[in-house]
Amino acid sequence: MSTEKQLFTISVYTENNIGLLNRISAIFQRRHINIESLNISPSEIEGVAKFTIVVNMIEENVKKIIGQIEKQVEVIKAYYHDLDEIIYQISGLFKIKSELLFEERQIQNIIKESNARIVTVNKEFFVLEKSGKKEEIIELYNELSPFGIMQYTRSGLIAISKDEMKISTLLETYNN
Amino acid sequence: METQTIKNTDKATKTTEYISGSEAIVRCLIEEGVKILYGYPGGAIMPVYDELYKYQDKIHHVLTRHEQGATHSAQGYARISGEVGVAMATSGPGATNLITGIADAQIDSTPMVCITGQVFSHLLGSDAFQETDIVGISTPVTKWNCQVTKAEDIPEAIAKAFYIARSGRPGPVLIDITKDAQIEKFDFSYEKCTKVRSYVPIPKTVEGSLEAAAKLINEAKKPLVVWGQGVILGKAEEAFKAVIEKAGIPAAWTILGASAIPTKHPLNVGMVGMHGNYAPNVLTNECDVLIAIGMRFDDRVTGKLDEYATQAKVIHFEIDPAEVNKNVKADVAVLGDAKATLEAVLPLINSNSHSEWHQKFKDLYAIEYEKVIKDDLHPTKEGLTMGEVLKEINIQSKGNAAIVSDVGQHQMIACRYAEFNKTKSNITSGGLGTMGFGLPAAIGAKMAAPEREVVSISGDGGYQMTIQELGTIFQQKAAVKVVVLNNDFLGMVRQWQQLFFEKRYASTEMINPNFVAIAEGYYIKARKVTKREDLAEAVKEMMESKEAYFLEVCVEKEGNVFPMIPTGASVSDVRLE
Repeated sequence: MSTEKQLFTISVYTENNIGLLNRISAIFQRRHINIESLNISPSEIEGVAKFTIVVNMIEENVKKIIGQIEKQVEVIKAYYHDLDEIIYQISGLFKIKSELLFEERQIQNIIKESNARIVTVNKEFFVLEKSGKKEEIIELYNELSPFGIMQYTRSGLIAISKDEMKISTLLETYNN
Repeated sequence: METQTIKNTDKATKTTEYISGSEAIVRCLIEEGVKILYGYPGGAIMPVYDELYKYQDKIHHVLTRHEQGATHSAQGYARISGEVGVAMATSGPGATNLITGIADAQIDSTPMVCITGQVFSHLLGSDAFQETDIVGISTPVTKWNCQVTKAEDIPEAIAKAFYIARSGRPGPVLIDITKDAQIEKFDFSYEKCTKVRSYVPIPKTVEGSLEAAAKLINEAKKPLVVWGQGVILGKAEEAFKAVIEKAGIPAAWTILGASAIPTKHPLNVGMVGMHGNYAPNVLTNECDVLIAIGMRFDDRVTGKLDEYATQAKVIHFEIDPAEVNKNVKADVAVLGDAKATLEAVLPLINSNSHSEWHQKFKDLYAIEYEKVIKDDLHPTKEGLTMGEVLKEINIQSKGNAAIVSDVGQHQMIACRYAEFNKTKSNITSGGLGTMGFGLPAAIGAKMAAPEREVVSISGDGGYQMTIQELGTIFQQKAAVKVVVLNNDFLGMVRQWQQLFFEKRYASTEMINPNFVAIAEGYYIKARKVTKREDLAEAVKEMMESKEAYFLEVCVEKEGNVFPMIPTGASVSDVRLE
């Protein structure tokens, strides 16, 4: 087991209840662990929420954190993965002055080459959306930045594991 | 995150009654077998108190003098009975005053259900009068908590609360109920909770782990058992005794494991940890197999982790998977309920005696006796020692009393020297180290087991943190025996100041009041002892009293508790002086 810090993605399947975010985030807060990104969404199972949490830690401590998370009454199961074991995406949104779209030819090239998507255009501004790895979104940010970005935001990481996570089977055993 | 779901009970077709949320709360408690609850009324919980008035023939409410007292009393009740203790408070300050007791129950795995009133749901988040986010505040110190804003959700929430509090590794649960939910009427029916999806109270024992554990035990030349409260919580005392007796293994206890087997059991080699006994601490670093049962390798037990039992193979019998490998790496983890796993491992282990190994414990005990115990229990110098008070209590109680201790030097002395014949007899605040725990916990313990002698032992510091609960003792006629070992110091801090801060006694000397007068002010029979020749007779008088009794013993001012493992030192570096 590596003793170097590295990025791990923690997937937590939970009941969809109020207060659980507080309970789970407190586990990290108490141990002074910074959450790099956090996303909560419905999962493939009705009524089951999925937390995707990215942390920079050594593996041994991730295992301990998983234990503490799974100990929570409303947590169904928690897993951790390194980045090679998952397929993941991050989304970035960029708000840019509309006049640049017409006056700066290079911007059009950047949009085309980066595979970014124009979400909306109006007289004042247009919005670009780019999904991919964090580095790709940062690269686009760096390219657009000299022209002036009015607003920029980036989502948390969302991930799907390459290995099967047998939550439905697990829930069936719970129900029996 | 969407709305709260508490759909975890299997709804059978049941007759319903149209009643208020507050009546439902009381009825739910009765359904769960609650006969006594501890609490303090206030605006946001008044409808429930009104119902308690109606149901007072079925459920006895104990008015403590502070909400903290209510939680500690509920803890004392739970610890001696093995049942869930219940505490109730109003919103805002009432609720926040419960927090210390809840945190204490969480770290010591005590089953407790706390019910708090909350402002009307339309006022939530508006900084209304006596509004606090008690669910948010209590989250890190509860096993589970929830807020109920609709009367119809009350029965399922309470059913779930009791199930979670008492199952698996027990713990405290808090339910916050808004005032409108208390007033609102609904069709009431009650179904006990037997399962919560996503919650596995007892983990499955990993296949082969019992055999692997047995193999290590059978091959061990110098095995040592360290047991904790898991043995008591899991009702595994008999199975535990059978295992150590068959394998002939010396067994040492953590502070919360005390009393699971009698103090005088030949295999009982004493307490481990910072103020534990010399032999089990030193020999932890000599054993070849360390068998941890229902304990969590707290830092007060292990000292410096890098040097803790590094030579030993470690077997960990544990109900909470998160405890395995948390502090000490286990070579074999036997997950599950202590009773079930110990019963299962019993036929797999060989009979043994390990007599040479036992002799090592006896030799080290002889050293500890000469250097520490003799002077503690049979002092020849002038000042009274805490140890000799405990010795007198042992003589008078014949080891049958439940000892409820507070936190500090007296606690370590009480745990080191109190003699126990029965399980669930050592009630103390272990993990949180809560000064003020002792007196109210003793009230709960006495009410849960009125047939038992309950002796509360406090220092002058902790006693004054919850001294107002003398009022509860008086009002409830709880025949608790209250002993204060008074050294006019915050003794444990002073000891550290002496040893590690060059005797700079910063803010540890206490100018104390007339404790006897205070007890008598609460109409409690009281006596003060300052001389050795009066001690035995005073303890006898206290123990023979049919009512509550207060005994102050003025002990030597600068007495220290040894052995001691200084913070950050290895267990084998235990100091005897």
